[in-house]
Amino acid sequence: MSRKVIIQNELGMHARAAAKIARLAEGARSNVYIVKDGEEADATSIIDVIALYCPNGAEVVVKITDPGDVKVLNRIARLIESGFGES
Amino acid sequence: MSDSTTRDILNLTLQGIAGSPGIAIGKAYMVEQEDVDVVEKRFIEPENVPGEVKRFKAAVKKAQKRLQSVIKDVPKEFRDHIYILDVHRMLLKDKMIYNGTIEQIERENVNAEWALKMAIDEVKSIFKKMPGPYFRERASDIGQVSRLIMDNLLGTGLSNISGIDKRVVIIAHDLSPAETTQIQLEKVKAFLTDLGGKTSHTGIIARSLEIPAVLGLGNATQIIKTDDLIIVDGSAGIIILNPDEETLTRYQERKDLFEEYQAMITRSSHLPAETTDGFHLTVTANIGVLEEVVSVIDHGGDGIGLYRTEFLYLNRPAPPSEQELFDNYRDVAEIMAPNTVTIRTLDIGGDKFASGLQLAEEMNPALGLRAIRFSLRSPEIFETQLRAILRAANLGNVRIMFPMISELDEIVQAKQMLNQAAESLEKAGIPFRADIEVGAMIEVPSAVIMADVLAREVDFFSIGTNDLIQYSLAIDRVNKQVAHLYQPLHPAVLRMIRRVVGAAKEAGIQVCMCGEMAGDPVNLPVLLGMELDAVSMNPISIPVVKGMVRIMSLKESKLFLKEVLKQSAAADVIKLVQDTYGASFQKAAFSQPNQD
Repeated sequence: MSRKVIIQNELGMHARAAAKIARLAEGARSNVYIVKDGEEADATSIIDVIALYCPNGAEVVVKITDPGDVKVLNRIARLIESGFGES
Repeated sequence: MSDSTTRDILNLTLQGIAGSPGIAIGKAYMVEQEDVDVVEKRFIEPENVPGEVKRFKAAVKKAQKRLQSVIKDVPKEFRDHIYILDVHRMLLKDKMIYNGTIEQIERENVNAEWALKMAIDEVKSIFKKMPGPYFRERASDIGQVSRLIMDNLLGTGLSNISGIDKRVVIIAHDLSPAETTQIQLEKVKAFLTDLGGKTSHTGIIARSLEIPAVLGLGNATQIIKTDDLIIVDGSAGIIILNPDEETLTRYQERKDLFEEYQAMITRSSHLPAETTDGFHLTVTANIGVLEEVVSVIDHGGDGIGLYRTEFLYLNRPAPPSEQELFDNYRDVAEIMAPNTVTIRTLDIGGDKFASGLQLAEEMNPALGLRAIRFSLRSPEIFETQLRAILRAANLGNVRIMFPMISELDEIVQAKQMLNQAAESLEKAGIPFRADIEVGAMIEVPSAVIMADVLAREVDFFSIGTNDLIQYSLAIDRVNKQVAHLYQPLHPAVLRMIRRVVGAAKEAGIQVCMCGEMAGDPVNLPVLLGMELDAVSMNPISIPVVKGMVRIMSLKESKLFLKEVLKQSAAADVIKLVQDTYGASFQKAAFSQPNQD
């Protein structure tokens, strides 16, 4: 199960933003991934997520592996869509 | 060249970047005993692997606890750094570091230190390959996080900073915000670091606490050992290791002289800065936060020549309200009255970073959407600030200044906005001052060339030399590779300043200088000769500059400037300054005027 989202904030996926995602992903039952251009990053790893290099406007996919984590999926998607609450 | 032979040389002199002036003589105290780069690789028996993993996990746990307690104890003035510390805390358990290290131990049967180094190197190489400076800089965060763990593995660690029992010269590869906030500053005689420049965290703290510092020393931590005797000359940016008796005596005298001079000029700092032939130079302060006003008054500032207003906009989700800005500006104006306070409108962008405002990542932030360009593009944010300044001007002697003007139209537009703000206050019946003085920062070469045209539109000029030099000489002064080419006394820079002063005099408006160039006494004979009306600087530089002005004469400075303008290279100008005024600087216990 996955959702496509666009990076909204001007700075893109920076350390603090990745930290916010990691905190949400840590609450999941199973693995959560951020996917960009076919490359998968473990959403609980700040480094992995930053290393995807997602600037403003980049299209990423949030992917869960356990249907029970759909809430986590939605929360991460909303976080990204809201520009990480930076505006 | 082995360590021991290098270290046996008497008077071994290392050149770094002058981070904070003053002289200190003392024993070295190494903050981290082992650099991440010199970790040894050891193979361990397979049966000891689980024990090694356990040792690593314990080190991470300890680091987490340590960071947690640091976060809890962060003093108020360093609150900005908390989010960095919090990201650091999360990075400790990041799978790339945490699982990565454990996998290394298990797969390669190596010691935890080596495994950690391998995992960290891998992560760093990913970051270094990424585009954009913001992401590349994260490699340094990773380095700091790994050191937190490494220190625990090696049994060193942060704790040795707070456990210092005598006054020492702190030496470190790099000091993180976490470490800097932990240091008991009364125990520190001086700071030395391998990395870092003038604008680094350590440099800023050292200068505000008046502790000598030499930064960017390269490999000093590999040469110096704890308890080595070191002379630190923070004015010249040099350190002398293992000094002989003669050198020690010479520097002891210099140190005494420096301190005596400091004490003398501090006592007389409240007197006006008047040359022997009666020319009065206004010496004002640059500040970035309200709290610095106390320091301005203590150091005898004749007002505030540059109030940087960015601070209230940093690290917050939304820009500050008009009321919040007004309260802040009013406080500064009231405390400084009847002296002038020059408020510079928002200069966001470039090397600054506002998390509250949405700023695009730019390839060349210094040449991008910043300062007045940003303000004109964000009319709501701009008008809020203009209204707050106009209101504060009603309660003190406030002037307004627009940063980074590069063409006439920007001044015209900014003044239109100012008028609109005034009209809206008028309509709302809120008291404000309508006839506020308006100035332009001259810090872009195009503004220098067009200074005569710009002068017709403003009440004063303020020359921002930090950017002007950077833009004119194409030097990024934070870049260590080229920082030595950043030369305030470059003939090109001097000719530009002269042109701006000339245009201002022609138009009958005031001209001052508010860059770091103005705060370095070495540049004073030249600046005095130019007949600037005012110079503005870091508060702690004020007493020194005022003291220098009092022993100089305007007439001589003007003659001297003529000679200076005949020179064709920065080195020649520096030599001329040194030959002519060296004795005065010596008297003032300054070292060689070859540092910026």
